[in-house]
Amino acid sequence: MKKASVFMIIGPLLLLGLYAFPLWNIMLGAPQYPEPMGMNIYINGIKGVEEFDIQNIDGLNHYIGMKTIPKPEEMWEFSVFPIVVGAMVFFGVMIGLLGFMEKVSYRWFFGWFVLMAVLGLLGMYDFNAWMTDYGTDLDPRAIMKLTHPDGTPMTYKPPLLGNEKMLNFDVTSLPSAGGYLMFLGMLLTLVAGYLGYKKSNKK
Amino acid sequence: MRKYKYLFFGLLGVFALMTGCNNQGKSGAKGALGSSVADRVYVPPGEYDDFYAFFSGGYTGNLTVYGLPSGRMFKEIPVFSQFPTNGYGYSEETKPMLNTSFGFVPWDDSHHPDISQTNGELDGRWIFINGNNTPRIARIDLTTFETVEIIEVPNSAGNHSSSFITENTEYVVAGTRFSVPVPQRDMPIKDYKGNFKGAISFISVAPETGLMDIKFQLMMPGFNYDLSHPGRNKSHGWFFFTTYNTEEANTLMEVNSSQNDKDFIAAVNWKKIEEYVNNGGGTMMPAEYAHNVYDEHTHTATSTMKKEVLTVDPTKVPGAVYFLPTPKSPHGCDVDPSGEYIIGNGKLSADLTVHSFTNMIDAIENEKFDGEAYGIPILKFEEVLGGVVTQAGLGPLHTEFDGKGNAYTTFFISSEVVKWKLGTWEVLDRQPSYYSVGHGMIPGGNSQKPFGKYYVSMNKITKDRYLPVGPEMEHSAQLYDISGDKMELLYDFPTHGEPHYAAGIPAEKLIANSRKIYKLSENKHPYAALTANDTKLVRDGKVVHVYMSTIRSHFTPDNIEGIKVGDEVYFHITNQEQDFDVPHGFAMIGATNAELLIAPGQTKTLLWEPKKVGVWPFYCTDFCSALHQEMQGYVRVSPADSDLELSWSLGD
Repeated sequence: MKKASVFMIIGPLLLLGLYAFPLWNIMLGAPQYPEPMGMNIYINGIKGVEEFDIQNIDGLNHYIGMKTIPKPEEMWEFSVFPIVVGAMVFFGVMIGLLGFMEKVSYRWFFGWFVLMAVLGLLGMYDFNAWMTDYGTDLDPRAIMKLTHPDGTPMTYKPPLLGNEKMLNFDVTSLPSAGGYLMFLGMLLTLVAGYLGYKKSNKK
Repeated sequence: MRKYKYLFFGLLGVFALMTGCNNQGKSGAKGALGSSVADRVYVPPGEYDDFYAFFSGGYTGNLTVYGLPSGRMFKEIPVFSQFPTNGYGYSEETKPMLNTSFGFVPWDDSHHPDISQTNGELDGRWIFINGNNTPRIARIDLTTFETVEIIEVPNSAGNHSSSFITENTEYVVAGTRFSVPVPQRDMPIKDYKGNFKGAISFISVAPETGLMDIKFQLMMPGFNYDLSHPGRNKSHGWFFFTTYNTEEANTLMEVNSSQNDKDFIAAVNWKKIEEYVNNGGGTMMPAEYAHNVYDEHTHTATSTMKKEVLTVDPTKVPGAVYFLPTPKSPHGCDVDPSGEYIIGNGKLSADLTVHSFTNMIDAIENEKFDGEAYGIPILKFEEVLGGVVTQAGLGPLHTEFDGKGNAYTTFFISSEVVKWKLGTWEVLDRQPSYYSVGHGMIPGGNSQKPFGKYYVSMNKITKDRYLPVGPEMEHSAQLYDISGDKMELLYDFPTHGEPHYAAGIPAEKLIANSRKIYKLSENKHPYAALTANDTKLVRDGKVVHVYMSTIRSHFTPDNIEGIKVGDEVYFHITNQEQDFDVPHGFAMIGATNAELLIAPGQTKTLLWEPKKVGVWPFYCTDFCSALHQEMQGYVRVSPADSDLELSWSLGD
């Protein structure tokens, strides 16, 4: 159980990477942008990959009537996410420590994982909902109002994961360093749970 | 597949060498047989050249940027000439750049670019170039590729033996081609001899900022100081100048200044003079010369008129200046990478005279003099001579070096480039140039560390090399591959204006430092509109300041009323873009100056003096976006006695 608990302590600590590294990254390349512009999505706000990327993405988006990319204070998520992540790290480490002292069972490890997974999925759902709004709630006075061949208005929701061609832009959306650290951390807590489970069955 | 092909021909080449029946075996192995010449100058779409090459524009007054080996031109940098293309010399910010003691001079004749060096190697911070006609030296920043400083050179005329830099960019040197009365005065021309002076200026370059300042002017006898180069490596601390017209003739010069069998190369120990000056030596004399500095934060140049210059009489500094007799009106004065050989290209001779620095020092120490001229010791020709390249060609002008012990000299009259070996003085190869080559250039060929892959000849006569375009045409350059034993002519390409010299540098030394935008947050222009809220109009009598901004794809404001006939309207346009390669242009109907091309983050100002009542449009001249055609606006101009107040708007 000691080994399992060490994993359970390290796993949540990896989530601290979310404070330093982006959770997600969206890159936009186009014929005129051989060096693509990009957004790094942190738990506390959105930043350009290069200094002026956000400004330049907003500048282009105004043609198709998209709202500007939100500042941290414009979305409640950017103040709540850091607290939620911090709390989860704290609880995770506490559970790990208690496990180390044999005060709690491996079930708590799974419990933390399930809670984190649920919160993560909620976060993804929320993120996707924002992107849908961002890509579809367009200014009716937009300079360019484009339609699909069937006549329906074109919308510009970036993909949640993977690559999509949007007008002249190739948009690629993938987890970034903070996100990968989070996944790894969560995986470690699963391992911790599994090791704990094996150990307790041996007894 | 191609590799095997090379291998095959390589083997063929080796075989040919061994059997001794093909004396070009080595160049065969290098690929003359194995690949077409076209392959070696072809830079595929989207790929970069290996070298930057900066060609002087001659009578364009500017500097052009090319790539090698492709010969593609990337940019024309305005330096000494007004440039309506972007408003240089027309905009209020850049007019001061062309200010001189003669007033505003809109043109010059730019000659010899030289890239800054550290420890004798190209460092790629700045490139300097001389204005020949109204003597000036300019400094161009190689992060923005814009002219950032111009200093006028007083007491000089025909600023030709310029702008060459010492090996740590301590000085940029400017010598006068025409000697003149110093100070200028009303006197008979025929009294030239003994009365005119030849000023050689040592302009210090501040190590961090690059700012130039005339440290001292050496007042030499009234010869013509044609070209120069710094000592380097072992001869660092010296500077060498070719002279002609040591006859001091003042008329029918082509005959009268070609009589002496030998003219001189002047060897100047500038370290010694620097020490003399630092210890209070020299005479401050009244002078008038402009010093123009461009500030990249205010995006504005200021011109300051300087009032005095420190002069040095060479006879007052013993051991500082010597004359090296050099046959037949030498033109180019070139110093090899080791600093040992000083090549005097005697343009009326068939031979090349090479002086040895070691011999020169020895001759000085042992006082092997052959008289003196105006108190300056003349060293014995035989004592300083290092060697002679005999019968190399006709009309030698300039020599460059490949860093592998070879020199390449241009011959104007016999129209060829001749490769010869330093030390043995044997001619190794010769290739025709089309036609009448002036200067040649090897990237870094004028430093301790040349990059001896290509040689570019800059030819004075173009004639039939390209499709005919009437009597007047651009000049022509030729690219040679010099990586093998023999030079190979690869390519012809036209060059803008008349390049008198060029400077090349490996691309990787500049690419990373090249700026993409100016940051708005660093824009300190007093009339900048950094946000749309800063846009406004301010009237002060007849002067109206328009604080205008541009961003894709509109001007703010784009409707202006209350302007009157007779007003002086200053359009201060700030380009608020912060994206690479999104300039906006500004053109106003009836403007008698030029347009503005404003880089992202920059502010530029155009003066417009409306003469007619009406509603007059302005527009963006640079196809900035899909809505570029919509990027326009109107100015309503009312009669001079109108009471209409200023008003402005966007989107109302």
